[in-house]
Amino acid sequence: MRLKPIATILSVVLILFCGHAFAGYDYVDINNPFLRKIPIAIPQFKAISGTAGEFEVSHSASKLLTETLAFTGYFKVLDPAAFLFDPQKDGIVAPNINFKNWTTVGAELLITGGVLRTADLVEMELRLYDTFKGKLIVGKRYRGQVADQRRMIHRFCSEVVYQLTGRHGIFGSKIAFVSSSSGNKEIYTCDFDGFDPKPFTHNKSINLSPAWSSDGRWIAFTSYVKGNPDLYIKNVIEKRGSVVSRPGINISPAWLPGKFELAATLSFNGDQEIYLLTGRGKIIKKLTNMPGIDVSPAWSPDGKQMAFVSKRSGTPQIYIKNIISGEVHRLTYDGRHNTQPAWSPRGDKIAYTALVKGQINIRVIDVDGNGLLQLTDGPGDNESPSWSPDGSLIAFSSTRGGPSKIYVMTAFGTDQRRLLDLPGQQSEPRWSANILP
Amino acid sequence: MRKRLWLSIALVLIVPAMLFTTSCAKKAVTGTSASKMAQDEAARKAAEKARQEELARKRALEEQRLKEEAAQRAKMEARQQFENEMVHFAFDSAELDATAQDILRRKAAWLRANPDANIIIQGHCDERGTVEYNLALGDRRAKSAKNFLENLGIAASRMTTISYGEERPLDPGHNEQAWAKNRRAQFVIK
Repeated sequence: MRLKPIATILSVVLILFCGHAFAGYDYVDINNPFLRKIPIAIPQFKAISGTAGEFEVSHSASKLLTETLAFTGYFKVLDPAAFLFDPQKDGIVAPNINFKNWTTVGAELLITGGVLRTADLVEMELRLYDTFKGKLIVGKRYRGQVADQRRMIHRFCSEVVYQLTGRHGIFGSKIAFVSSSSGNKEIYTCDFDGFDPKPFTHNKSINLSPAWSSDGRWIAFTSYVKGNPDLYIKNVIEKRGSVVSRPGINISPAWLPGKFELAATLSFNGDQEIYLLTGRGKIIKKLTNMPGIDVSPAWSPDGKQMAFVSKRSGTPQIYIKNIISGEVHRLTYDGRHNTQPAWSPRGDKIAYTALVKGQINIRVIDVDGNGLLQLTDGPGDNESPSWSPDGSLIAFSSTRGGPSKIYVMTAFGTDQRRLLDLPGQQSEPRWSANILP
Repeated sequence: MRKRLWLSIALVLIVPAMLFTTSCAKKAVTGTSASKMAQDEAARKAAEKARQEELARKRALEEQRLKEEAAQRAKMEARQQFENEMVHFAFDSAELDATAQDILRRKAAWLRANPDANIIIQGHCDERGTVEYNLALGDRRAKSAKNFLENLGIAASRMTTISYGEERPLDPGHNEQAWAKNRRAQFVIK
């Protein structure tokens, strides 16, 4: 079970120092946080009592911290080979740290760690320093099972990113996606960094378009398990849920933020229209009413507006509907094939998939229609953008290496990298909110 | 009454005549070979006639069988053609061009000739465009074929539609030739 009570996992979370007074949001330029990466040094954590079991944890935990902070795109993690001395011999607390050693190698931030292990219990002290000011920004102590170190490190990463950006990051989030690893398209889930991918469906049919409820407790998706493309609404933990299986298509689910309601396209009336459904699959109301395809709803974070794809003007374009006034306006004009809108968690941008001159790429546009940017530029097809819960990253699928695989990039299109190493093809990534404790 | 009278008279004359002939024939067996030859000839002719008739009957049967087989084959071919002949579409379109309409008229003819057959119309797309949009487009393609057949008088109750979007390409290639093949309505007899 992923969602264990917090108490059993981290018995103590002790704030060593209140870093909020420091909360220096000027570390990261929020207009483009990825333009200049902050150089950070993360020496291997100190094994306090020096046992072999402790070294093992200190090695794996500092490696994970390094990888996780690098994943965010905010940092340039310095190569330990460039360090001027053996950090294992230096102290991990301010008076015993020679900050000059760190500023000389170019580090602006330093994370020190200490690990104490007794049998299967681990206590970890982690501190983030500003090397130029020689000051502690945030310090935390975690205690738990050896197996919980991943969660301890993610908690600390969340603190670090919060101190530097004012947002808690992505470390409690997961990604759902479609994978053909088994020979059939099944829904899978994994952690935000691609860790622990596992199948969520096992029905050997075609499963498509997973969508998380905002509390992460439900995944809606389309499945052909009974022959027709039906909409399944499944609880992530318990074996219960509902099915919408009206004649025609039952597809493209998108949960209303903060509610047990979702929008989806149904065509039982002949035309493909977007409806608002309860979490049990009952129709509340029709959200679009126009001949031609209306599909792929995407909610604004406040749930007051809905972006969607419509062919009402002759080609598929992104439109925005104001749910309160009912007014609809067209957002995209560039290109003849714009689909798959994804509304940014900060509410200001919409990412979508554009087919231009035979090339399929991901673009972002401001909600007011300005600031059009293309984030990918081949090779292969790049599609299905999905924002990380803090809006800093975008997951997408790409055929740049041949078969379709899942990639991650920053919201500005930089740092594009492959997320998973699974056989078969992967597509339609959908990022959840921060749902892990 | 008159007819009956004539019949009676005829019988009175013919029966003794036959009796006489029989006695004559008995004599002929031991008598002239000429009449025997004539008789043999008649028998041979009769046998030949029977044989010819039998042959003709067999030939007719064979012809009938061939005709039935051909009809059966034609029926199978028509059925196969019905299932194998796809209705194709332009990119991002569910409109039926002249070729598509001709194909659908043939399908309607077959459906009229086979009133017991019920069918599934599948709508398919090429890999361009995106999964959800293509599911909607496939739905429209299947429905536009169904509507056309309905307008030709085929009962809606005999036809169901299903969209597979871009999930079941006929040709796995990534070029216009493959895409053109994959943008289709496909017909399956239930």
